[in-house]
Amino acid sequence: MKPFDLQRADGLAHAGQLCADKHTAPIAGGTNFVDLLKLEVETPSTVVNINPLPLGGIEETADGGLSIGALVSNTATAVDMRVRENWPVLARAILAGATQQLRNKATTGGNLCQRTRCYYFTNIDQPCNKREPGSGCGAIKGVARLHAVLGTSDHCIATYPGDMAVVLAALDAQVEIAGPKDSTRTVPVRDFHRLPGDQPWKDNVLEDGEIITAVTLPAPVAGRQVYRKVRERSSYAFALVSVAAVIDMDGDSITRADLAFGGLAHKPWHDPRIADLLVGQSPSEALFDKAADLLLEEAQGYGENDFKIPLARRTLKAVLAEATGVKP
Amino acid sequence: MPITINDQSHELPDDPRVSLLDFLGTHIGLTGTKKGCDHGQCGACTVIVNGMRINSCLSLAALHDGDHVTTIEGIGTPTDPSALQLSFVEHDGFQCGYCTPGQICSATAMADEFANGWPSDASDSLTGDIAITPEEVRERMSGNLCRCGAYANIIDAIMDTVTAEKEAQS
Ligand SMILES: Cc1cc2nc3c(=O)[nH]c(=O)nc-3n(C[C@H](O)[C@H](O)[C@H](O)COP(=O)(O)OP(=O)(O)OC[C@H]3O[C@@H](n4cnc5c(N)ncnc54)[C@H](O)[C@@H]3O)c2cc1C
Ligand code: SF4
Ligand code: FES
Ligand code: FES
Repeated sequence: MKPFDLQRADGLAHAGQLCADKHTAPIAGGTNFVDLLKLEVETPSTVVNINPLPLGGIEETADGGLSIGALVSNTATAVDMRVRENWPVLARAILAGATQQLRNKATTGGNLCQRTRCYYFTNIDQPCNKREPGSGCGAIKGVARLHAVLGTSDHCIATYPGDMAVVLAALDAQVEIAGPKDSTRTVPVRDFHRLPGDQPWKDNVLEDGEIITAVTLPAPVAGRQVYRKVRERSSYAFALVSVAAVIDMDGDSITRADLAFGGLAHKPWHDPRIADLLVGQSPSEALFDKAADLLLEEAQGYGENDFKIPLARRTLKAVLAEATGVKP
Repeated sequence: MPITINDQSHELPDDPRVSLLDFLGTHIGLTGTKKGCDHGQCGACTVIVNGMRINSCLSLAALHDGDHVTTIEGIGTPTDPSALQLSFVEHDGFQCGYCTPGQICSATAMADEFANGWPSDASDSLTGDIAITPEEVRERMSGNLCRCGAYANIIDAIMDTVTAEKEAQS
């Protein structure tokens, strides 16, 4: 690990001022950041301990939603009775990730900002445009089992690895952000993570000095909530493909189909065309196939991850069948 | 503020790079907590901080000012072992023993999570009562790997203790 200076944040504005320097980064639970410090993937000159900030609460919002502070642990979110009752899909996604020890330390903000698990990114002897701009992408034509099939670029095919954010995208939650000069802004989770394009080192829209303060869930909606995560083993493993769904029906007609996908792209994938297709229709296997056709219209495999394309189709169809009660 | 480890107060290290795991083992000589992978992938380094189990390898010691840490040394001693430690001996819940301190710290905190009614990925209902079953225990202990594969006996050892604790409570 390279030497760095550790600072303690005395208030949000102070944290923002410190982090405005591009060689300075905040640390929350540290479950991702400390790992990357050890690997010397992250080499900041200053690390800001944001844990003293008062961002550790879960509060109801005026419109019946829930504001989850950036420093709330993943465990505290998953066991909150309001979450378990009204947004069970969020609790399910968190419980399907990592381990109890990790979830106890992992925070809302850190979970959103966790970095890719691409093996070239975490190995400093390998080329990687995300870690070292211009060095090339080891994964394209390399070992790419975990990698993306949607929204890739010639510069990077990494995936966003998390589970929680996939559900937050399906629920259309908002990320609350504070800037260095007391400014604040709100970004939908659906727009928070970026596609790699020609700047793969930018995982998300945060600018230097911006700190996530909370994530806000909209008021609960009616319908079946499902999170299905397909992984190599049932503990410690990141999603190969995951599907988050909130589906409601009126009689035989679908009235809501909020869907998002993990493991497929550099961001939780949300395609509004899928809801447009499904809503108003009566569920059937043929309809589910059409939804998968839309999702995967532009999917591109890179050899080792070709399997994700049929896997995403099967997982989506299985989730839609489960949520609508149609036998596949 | 200093850090409290097994009821003893200690000054934190000056170098911010020291992990809580290395602080325990090399700075204050509590070598019971083990380093398996040093990357959050095995659970050998599990300790209990303010009542919650965490991986001490992925936590910087300097961030723990004011915290209360319990390590395996704080759970029991050779002359005064905890019920869970006795159960591990009775059930042969280890072979080489390297993962055992992490398993015991982890299961000790897990018992409280059950008592709080917290669900796991293995729970059918997120809001109903949770039965203590081997399936639940396996899922909840899945952050602790055992290279010797002593899993069957580890689960037996834990099941015995947590069900006995639950009966004692009710
Ligand atoms: C073995 C292992 C298995 C895992 N499995 C899964 C899994 O299956 N599913 C899953 O979703 N995750 C998994 N994880 C990842 C884990 O969920 C993340 O490490 C964790 O959520 C990160 O949160 P943290 O608070 O520890 O973040 P930190 O490590 O403290 O920070 C992570 C990043 O976020 C930035 N950051 C933190 N807080 C803020 C903030 N408030 N504002 C702006 N930036 C911020 C930091 O600068 C850093 O870049 C796994 C991790 C490990 C080690
Ligand atoms: S896929 Fe992205 S993160 Fe992985 S090696 Fe290529 S550029 Fe780096
Ligand atoms: S040594 Fe900490 S998890 Fe392996
Ligand atoms: S007893 Fe040897 S690693 Fe578990």
